[in-house]
Amino acid sequence: MSRTEQQGRRVFLKKTATAAAVAIAPGVMLHALPAAAAPRVEAVSGKIRWGMLIDASKCADGCSDCVTACDKENGLDLVDMPAGAEEALWERQRPRWIRQVKLKDNLSGKITNLPMMCQHCEKPPCVDVCPTGASFRRADGIVMVDRHICIGCRYCMMACPYKARSFIHAEVAEKLTHTPRGKGCVESCNLCVHRLDNGESTTACQDACKHQAIVFGDLNDPESAVSRALKKYPSVQIRADLKLNTGIRYSNV
Amino acid sequence: MKKIHFSEWGIDSPRYWGMLAVLGSIVAIAGGAVYYMEHNGHWVTGMTNQVVWGIPHVFAIFLIVAASGALNIASIGTAFGKKAYKPLGRLSALLAITLLAGGLAVLVLDLGQPGRLLVAMTHYNFKSIFAWNIYLYTGFFAIVAVYIWFMMDRRMKAWYKPIGIFAFVWRLLLTTGTGSIFGFLVARQGYDAAILAPMFVIMSFAYGLAVYLLVLMFAFKADGRELGATLLKRLKNLLGVFVAAVLYFTLVYHLANLYGTENHAYEAFILKDGGIYTLLFWGGWVLVGGLIPLGIIYHPGLGNTRGGIVAAATLVILGGFATVYVIVIGGQAFPMAMFPGKTIIASGFFDGVNGQPMLYAPSLPEFLLGLGGVALVLLLTFIGIRMLRFLPATLSDEVADPHHAKP
Repeated sequence: MSRTEQQGRRVFLKKTATAAAVAIAPGVMLHALPAAAAPRVEAVSGKIRWGMLIDASKCADGCSDCVTACDKENGLDLVDMPAGAEEALWERQRPRWIRQVKLKDNLSGKITNLPMMCQHCEKPPCVDVCPTGASFRRADGIVMVDRHICIGCRYCMMACPYKARSFIHAEVAEKLTHTPRGKGCVESCNLCVHRLDNGESTTACQDACKHQAIVFGDLNDPESAVSRALKKYPSVQIRADLKLNTGIRYSNV
Repeated sequence: MKKIHFSEWGIDSPRYWGMLAVLGSIVAIAGGAVYYMEHNGHWVTGMTNQVVWGIPHVFAIFLIVAASGALNIASIGTAFGKKAYKPLGRLSALLAITLLAGGLAVLVLDLGQPGRLLVAMTHYNFKSIFAWNIYLYTGFFAIVAVYIWFMMDRRMKAWYKPIGIFAFVWRLLLTTGTGSIFGFLVARQGYDAAILAPMFVIMSFAYGLAVYLLVLMFAFKADGRELGATLLKRLKNLLGVFVAAVLYFTLVYHLANLYGTENHAYEAFILKDGGIYTLLFWGGWVLVGGLIPLGIIYHPGLGNTRGGIVAAATLVILGGFATVYVIVIGGQAFPMAMFPGKTIIASGFFDGVNGQPMLYAPSLPEFLLGLGGVALVLLLTFIGIRMLRFLPATLSDEVADPHHAKP
């Protein structure tokens, strides 16, 4: 074999290696980056319990900023009505994590507005009934669905006293990386868990509420805004009779 | 009582294959419906985020409940030692298996992720009655299969009674588990009642026996076997007792609800103002599934005719579907009592504004899936009795009635 030929091979190998490196590197980088950005080496602990106090007297009639913000934050606005679907029926099938409810007291006629969502129970009925354990409660109090093992039986939706859960009735073309969703699974409010796990301390609905009706934070920290507010104002749990010890509390209902 | 011989179903081949072809086609159409629903997603059904379980669950639950009830005939023969029922045991056990298979097929094919059935077999949350049911259902298949084996294999005679008792206890647990799917739900007004478990057990007695009677009478008539009047009379009287018991449990369930003020709105919904649910309760559950069959069964003339018995059993089945519809769909349609003392006057998620019930309009594919389940039951049953010796050669009074007076 001549020297020139050998050199040619060396050059070829070199070039190939460089090309391969250029092609692979971005993938490697993509893979490595999030780990560098947020080293999640510790499991969530029970030291924190995330929760909310919602002041219904501040919640304004006709305002749906929290709903819009939640839809955007969690990609619910990307769930399109399938072609050929009937609109009235689709409205009952599309997912919602938070909703505006307007109440009238039967005796006094007093009107109350409030947002309803997953109440993040300490003893969630949805977790009790889930056959596979897909519906689960994290140590920090967040109740959510593991979409990898949810079989779509909807028993959790039967069991939830707050009607907080949605079933994904159609194929979803576009979704957010931090909130993946697929047809045939159940989901609900997870207190913007992707924010909390990345070190943030607010939820989208709270940020969006210009009336400051939502106070969010660590219920286990006596100095947190939510704990201080709960200490100061009388509050209730929705369906307190079930003794679920909800993480979401309401005042002035 | 003479020795009982069993033989394969002897109808003509063209008729047999014709029936299989018809039933197979219904199953295939149901398969198409499943493909359509799973491919598109549940938006093509009438099910929503408010009424999350629909017609498939009505069919599935009816068939599963009837499955455990169909085994009763075998249990009466084995566990309770009633001789007249012994020849009926094989078909009873076969129907128990096929009904459960049909019901489970419908249930599983309606899942949002039916492909993840394996996940349900490998991940368990034992606080969930659903998880327990997976064991109760698969266990039922295995136990009843062994039960059939011991019935058919004379070498296993010593074990025939123990397995019969075991199967009977298991079937009670199974129906208790099915009733508890609803009984354990604290969230909804119509559920959260322990009585639902025994009520499902008694419903299973009635529905299972009604299905059994129809299949037995059809199978015997089709290949010209004799079915004695005495035996038939015993079975139809037993059906009467079960139907009456269902009505009794219905009465107690509603009386208990009516006593507590918190349930008045729910009771008014089911008994008075619930539209389709009220109609199905009084017309289907009470009248068609209860009072009319009782009237036929105990009518001195009608009750002793084969036509009367067929009519009564058919009505019990139709009424049974109405019953399960009222329980499953009616229980979801009634708005949840989230804010006692207040009325929801506006909601972004259909929370029962001004007490309005949740809407549900069943779609065709859902029905087709349910009917496919029924067709599958018959398909498997017919194949079973054709291939193996499930049917007694005769059930004439002379053979089947232990008290038959020799002429």
